[in-house]
Amino acid sequence: MSELREVISSGNDLAAIAAVDAGCMFFGGYPITPSSEVMHTISDLLPKAGGASVQMEDEIAGVAAAIGASMSGVRSLTATSGPGISLKAENLGLAQMAEVPLVVINVMRGGPSTGLPTRVAQGDVAQAKNPSHGDYKSITLCAGNLAECYTETVRAFNLADRFMQPVFVLLDETIGHMHAKAMIPTPEAVKADIKLRKTFDGAPEEYKPYGVAQDEPAVLNPMFKGYRYHYTGLHHDADGFPTEEIETCRKLIDRLFNKVDAHKEEIELNEEYMLDDAEILLIGYGSASLAIKEAVDTLRAEGIKVGMFRPITLWPSPEERLYELGQKFDKVLSIELNQGQYLEEIQRCMGRRDIAKLTKTNGRPFSPADIIEKVKEL
Amino acid sequence: MAFNYDKYLRVNKMPTLWCWGCGDGVILKAFIRAIDKLGIDKDDLCVVSGIGCSGRFSSYIDANTIHTTHGRTIAFATGVKLANPDKTVVCVAGDGDALAIGGNHTIHGCRRNIDITLILIQNFIYGLTNSQTSPTTPRGMWTVSQKVGNIDPTFDGCKLAEAAGASFVARENVTAPKKLEKVIREAIAHKGFSYVEALSNCHINLGRKNKMQSAMENLDWIDEITVPKKKWDALSEEEKMNKLPTGILKKDEEALEYCDAYQMVKDAHQGKRGKITQDDFAKKI
Repeated sequence: MSELREVISSGNDLAAIAAVDAGCMFFGGYPITPSSEVMHTISDLLPKAGGASVQMEDEIAGVAAAIGASMSGVRSLTATSGPGISLKAENLGLAQMAEVPLVVINVMRGGPSTGLPTRVAQGDVAQAKNPSHGDYKSITLCAGNLAECYTETVRAFNLADRFMQPVFVLLDETIGHMHAKAMIPTPEAVKADIKLRKTFDGAPEEYKPYGVAQDEPAVLNPMFKGYRYHYTGLHHDADGFPTEEIETCRKLIDRLFNKVDAHKEEIELNEEYMLDDAEILLIGYGSASLAIKEAVDTLRAEGIKVGMFRPITLWPSPEERLYELGQKFDKVLSIELNQGQYLEEIQRCMGRRDIAKLTKTNGRPFSPADIIEKVKEL
Repeated sequence: MAFNYDKYLRVNKMPTLWCWGCGDGVILKAFIRAIDKLGIDKDDLCVVSGIGCSGRFSSYIDANTIHTTHGRTIAFATGVKLANPDKTVVCVAGDGDALAIGGNHTIHGCRRNIDITLILIQNFIYGLTNSQTSPTTPRGMWTVSQKVGNIDPTFDGCKLAEAAGASFVARENVTAPKKLEKVIREAIAHKGFSYVEALSNCHINLGRKNKMQSAMENLDWIDEITVPKKKWDALSEEEKMNKLPTGILKKDEEALEYCDAYQMVKDAHQGKRGKITQDDFAKKI
């Protein structure tokens, strides 16, 4: 994806455009601030491209329709904000269990509950790890600038088909509503890089959709093509049929973890900014990283050697790299628009509890000044 | 020659987990005969079910099948159908599934008039979870959550479906399997949202404490409370009060189907027609 094009757009619009460029043909959703623009834009783009976009009766139905379309073999999207994820959670669990690919865009706003609908937060990071009950391994990407609203949405579609599960793309109110110039790949480059889900093309009677290696996702053929099988949220056998057989149940949940854990390198993506000679490590993601970068530049101009580590894939977390950084840097500051949801993960990965934190949960974004002030206190 | 059900069943997954004497098997067989008579290829059929005894219905059919979350059947099916408008999509749900937890999706599926057939297995109780009150449990009956007698008013699913905009509404009994097959066949053949309420017995979890311990006693009671539509129409309001009409209760072949309506949206966006205006619709409000 070397060739870039210049666009002037917003984060929410770029996510919608990216979805269609990535071959998404179905959107199911429900209005919610601050993500509604994703639906507004895709409801124009999809019918034009021959797909379908439907505003359903509630958040639950929005994700259900998207999962249904995806079960039939169509790349599908839903978009919402935190309260919507809470409502969609049960069906997201079905998609984890039945291994249905889906991209879920969450444009985060202040919570809990109705919170601050029109203001920014990064309060759904922990929720994205386990939105639904039960054991499974989430994949969550987080856009840190306008261009990534596009590129991370594209990446999410390819990861969803690779790992056969929902993939979250976290935006937030700041980045979703930001409107500016961005350099993004051409649609041709995106299309050339589309990696659709694996399919089985042998004899239908030999097809075992869930009968796969312990570190691989299910192979779920599109419907209506002669490979008939069953989707269920129950524990299921190689055919997808419900079972309570002890070994089958054990292996199924093990596999939901293994398929991600064994291939983390395909999912992990980080940005490291001015880290090589840095003495102080700042860690942040999403829109917060925009303020962090500016703070790094300002502090460096004053002779304070700081650098930034930004996970773009939040879940699974960059365990090894965080551990290495924890060994290298004495002073570490975690910066989040929540009370420290990812800090707990950083502490776990680094094996350290002495990490400083800068948090904000009043619905306002960080300014570089907030960060500069905190760094000078360290 | 006896009808061969096996070619539509996942015979290696038999027996079903339904109780002995359960009406669900009668509905499954009526459904299979309807599909066969309509000549629908198994590969072109998607069956979507929810949670409850009826939730297992889809798993036994050798088609493209989905067992979804509780009450969300129609929402999932809407995605399947909109993405594949030329395929046959059938939902199977229970009374708790489609009229309580999933009531909103039933209303809006009917309202959109999307070409999906909903077979609602109505046994007046939550069977799988052992006898809790459902929206259709008759008042005064024992349930495990209302042991001195149910006080909750009942829901008439057919009236709801009709009012919400379903263009085909029917009700039949498992005691009349041929009629049931016929209404399912007509429902699937009908273009638009088809609501078929199949009254079924649950002598285990409805009957056992309501003096209908055997399947036959439960089925006799269903026969007592049902009246074919022609006879129903002649009844006084007082006589109708504790009866349910059976047969085809509504059939509107003029109502705009949702996938067809969405084709207008596609055409408008693709420059094949102008924008959609109020003049495009006979019924606007």
